[in-house]
Amino acid sequence: MGGLFSYFRGLLGAREMRILILGLDGAGKTTILYKLQVGEVVTTIPTIGFNVEQVTYKNLKFQVWDLGGQTSIRPYWRCYYGNTDAIIYVVDSADRDRIGISKDELVHMLREEELANAILVVLANKQDMPGCLTVAEVHQALGLDVLRDRTFQIFKTSAVRGEGLDQAMDWLSNTLTARK
Amino acid sequence: MSVFKRDKKEEEDSGGNPYLNLDKTSVLQEARYFNQSPVNPRKCSLILTKILYLLNQGEVFTTQEATEAFFATTKLFQSKDVMLRRMVYLCIKELSTLAQDVIIVTSSLTKDMTGKESLYRAAAIRALCSITDSTMLQAIERYMKQAIVDNNPAVSSAALVSALHLSSTAPELVRRWANEAQEAVLSDNAMVSYHALGVIAGSRKNDKLSTVKLVTRLAKASLKSPYSLCLLIRLTAQLVEEDDSDASQPYIEFIECCLRHKSEMVIYEAAHAIVNLRKNARDLAPAVSVLQLFCGSSKASLRLAGARTLARLTAKNPTAVSACAVDLENLISDPNRSVATLAVTTLLATGAESSVDRLMKQISSFVSEISDEFKIVVVKAIRRLCTKFPRKHQSLAAFLAGMLRDEGGLEYKAAIADAIIALVEENPDAKETGLAHLCEFIEDCEHTALAVRILHLLGQEGPKSRQPSRYIRFIYNRVILESGPVRAAAVSAVAQFGAQRPELLPNIKVLLSRCQMDDEDEVRDRAVFYSIILDSGDPQLINDYIINVSQPNPVLLEKALRDHLEINPDVLFDINSVPTEEEPKENKEPIVEMEVRKPVQMSLEEIYAEQLAVIPGIEKLGPVFKTNLPVELTEAETEYRVRLIKHIYARHVILQFECINTLDDQVLEDVHIRLECPPEYEVKSEVHCQKLVYDKPGSVFLVVEFPCAFLGSLGSFGATLEFTVHDCDPTTGNPDPGEGYADIYPLEEFDIGCSDQIRARGAAEDFEQTWERSSNAPQASDTFVLPQNEANEAAQAVCEHLGLPKAAISGEAVKEIRGGGVFRGGAPVLVRARLVSRGDGTTMQLAARSPREDIAQLILAAVG
Repeated sequence: MGGLFSYFRGLLGAREMRILILGLDGAGKTTILYKLQVGEVVTTIPTIGFNVEQVTYKNLKFQVWDLGGQTSIRPYWRCYYGNTDAIIYVVDSADRDRIGISKDELVHMLREEELANAILVVLANKQDMPGCLTVAEVHQALGLDVLRDRTFQIFKTSAVRGEGLDQAMDWLSNTLTARK
Repeated sequence: MSVFKRDKKEEEDSGGNPYLNLDKTSVLQEARYFNQSPVNPRKCSLILTKILYLLNQGEVFTTQEATEAFFATTKLFQSKDVMLRRMVYLCIKELSTLAQDVIIVTSSLTKDMTGKESLYRAAAIRALCSITDSTMLQAIERYMKQAIVDNNPAVSSAALVSALHLSSTAPELVRRWANEAQEAVLSDNAMVSYHALGVIAGSRKNDKLSTVKLVTRLAKASLKSPYSLCLLIRLTAQLVEEDDSDASQPYIEFIECCLRHKSEMVIYEAAHAIVNLRKNARDLAPAVSVLQLFCGSSKASLRLAGARTLARLTAKNPTAVSACAVDLENLISDPNRSVATLAVTTLLATGAESSVDRLMKQISSFVSEISDEFKIVVVKAIRRLCTKFPRKHQSLAAFLAGMLRDEGGLEYKAAIADAIIALVEENPDAKETGLAHLCEFIEDCEHTALAVRILHLLGQEGPKSRQPSRYIRFIYNRVILESGPVRAAAVSAVAQFGAQRPELLPNIKVLLSRCQMDDEDEVRDRAVFYSIILDSGDPQLINDYIINVSQPNPVLLEKALRDHLEINPDVLFDINSVPTEEEPKENKEPIVEMEVRKPVQMSLEEIYAEQLAVIPGIEKLGPVFKTNLPVELTEAETEYRVRLIKHIYARHVILQFECINTLDDQVLEDVHIRLECPPEYEVKSEVHCQKLVYDKPGSVFLVVEFPCAFLGSLGSFGATLEFTVHDCDPTTGNPDPGEGYADIYPLEEFDIGCSDQIRARGAAEDFEQTWERSSNAPQASDTFVLPQNEANEAAQAVCEHLGLPKAAISGEAVKEIRGGGVFRGGAPVLVRARLVSRGDGTTMQLAARSPREDIAQLILAAVG
């Protein structure tokens, strides 16, 4: 009987962390998801809707939801906010024109009640592109300086080269484990 | 664990349907559970099942409820459980039409359909196609093309079937997948090949030439799939049906070749096609012999197929079936009752009079074991026998009466009653026995509608019988024992006896006076009404209000009464202005019909009433008196097709020109008619047709006033169609920019004659008395010489002129026309003519009587 109990406790203890990957269209969300899951860069098409995958990182299980970033899909993000442990917000550092829109979406999202306790990871993606914004510039442009009451961290990444993702995931898993 | 236990217990307890008494609100509440993580696949599957159950039970979900349930369901994509995922697909498919924003699962489904898990792929394709609207389709096009030619037959079939569904909304797009589908037709998998052929044929169904090509090519390709071959046979048969010339010979050969296929399904399909297509016995022979073999098969389904097709063939070609008589005889004792029924009814239809008794005996041995549906088939067969062998009426009627006593639904009982009623009406010898059976039946009839009908029939036929008094007992018993509507019908029936049999009148009066104490208003009203009419002793009154009551068309009567109340409620309503109920047209039924389909019969007046409502001020014209059959004013196959429908009112005629534009590169605007009328006619108003697009009928209406004098109302009209033409793009129908140009199109001349303005009918049985009674009315008569050599030919021409049915003609050497009708405005008219052939022509003496002398003269003028 004891064995059975510990089995259940183990199940509960290994609850999957629920993570949302959000950001504007073309920021690289789906690429990041599959880079994390299978470790390869896959060809993607614009996501109409969402992709959901189980990602294991250092013995931790994450249930990662990659929601489409097109204008028409963004309104549905909120349908998936419930029970979210962390948000990975992906920004296309080379897209200087739309960084403002990206900020608005971020601010709008963080105001949601359901996400009040979610940890935020901002990925300044596409750092491999020439002429892209630096991490500091992205930090600035998103207005992260004024963010209070939120555990967050910003990382520079290049999903196609696989750079920076490990640091971000390390920080994320440590922070999530520490919180429990 | 506790969840497990409880579920198990519930299942044991309920035993029957565990989903019975599900409540929508609580199920939707449960669906919120989907938002939790981690997912319990078993529990979620159960909830999804409940949702599906509710949807399939016809429970209505509001858009909000459906959307909420849908989004909750999308959360379940996180689970990798195969069973759960497949339930999710089903749920998505069911909710896709109800919920909003269903495209949210596009990516997830696309991934599943292209992924490695083959259990997902087919179902994902079906779900994806159901959530995708035509604008999003292009995004998935590449995947669909790949799926169609996929190696996995389930995937390929799913893609093809989905394509078939999509072709109703996006035919253009699906047509682009034809190459892939062509490839799939030749697949080794029978289903894939069949579905692919379905897609290809569907996309070509409006293009005969390419269907011809397809059929010709595939007929040589020797398809392996029996399903595909069946479909191909159907396509081929359709081509033969459309083109009966020698050119279709190769198709017939192909179908006949299929009779030798090794699959029974293909053989049957080919035989069925031949039975439908060919007419003479020699061509039918190969198919019949195949069906004959089927009748002897060990498989019940084949025997049923054989017997059923042979049964249908009896309608067309009884002699072809007679060769199978022995095989059918063997089927009479078939353990499958449906097969036996078909065999017996077929034999009844083809057999000789001598075999009837034996067959009836056979049927009665198992009639109680077959379903109502087949019992009706038997009843109909017996009904036809009654007509075919009137001498057998005694045994047939006894058999029907026996069936009446059995248990059965309304439809079945009604069919039997119909059969007996038909027997009574057709066969004077059978009248007394038939009525006696019906009397017995209503003693214990639970169907009000049927009882009312039979009482009505007894009222009609009973008084004419030798011993009318015996029926009165049966009818009056109803007054004592039955519900309100039946009692009311019984009162009406009793009154008929009083009106037609003076010797019974005193007794009837007593009965009616008793009925005046009834609880039911309708029964009392009728009793009082009939008592007063009978007490009056006025034969005219009794005839008009009891014996020959005119029956206005109920729909039009309601409309006329409503218009009357709105416009001039102070004036007396004239019931004669409403068209009477049309005689039900005799439907030609096939000998053995399985499916019962009844088209709703509507009179012309009802059909057009809605269209006429667009005319401003139409209600001032009063109720429509008569709508005439459409007349074509153009040749068939011309650029514009116009037909004229003449709607006759008391003092006006509405000319409705129904136009069809058959040119797909033109849009006509401001379509109107220039009318050349005879002198006294006056055009009051016109309603133009603003726009006439390709292949959509549009109407121009002209309201024309009749001349004051009836005699001036015969005349011919000339008409020209006038309009502005805009050229347009044939595919989109959008007009090209620019002004367009005016054009005219001459139409054929048309007349307004006597037949248009009269609602005529043939002579009733009591025509002579009616004619005598009207001897005081003004009469017009004259002798004419008609050019036709045959008296019959001449009589038919006269009937056509006057709008009388052919049934009005009687007599052998001397043809007599007797008929009457109501002229527009409500004046009755009687017509009587005698025609004698003189060799080089026909002499006719024609007399018309009407309270309005000018109408009587008009009748003569119409013929002269």
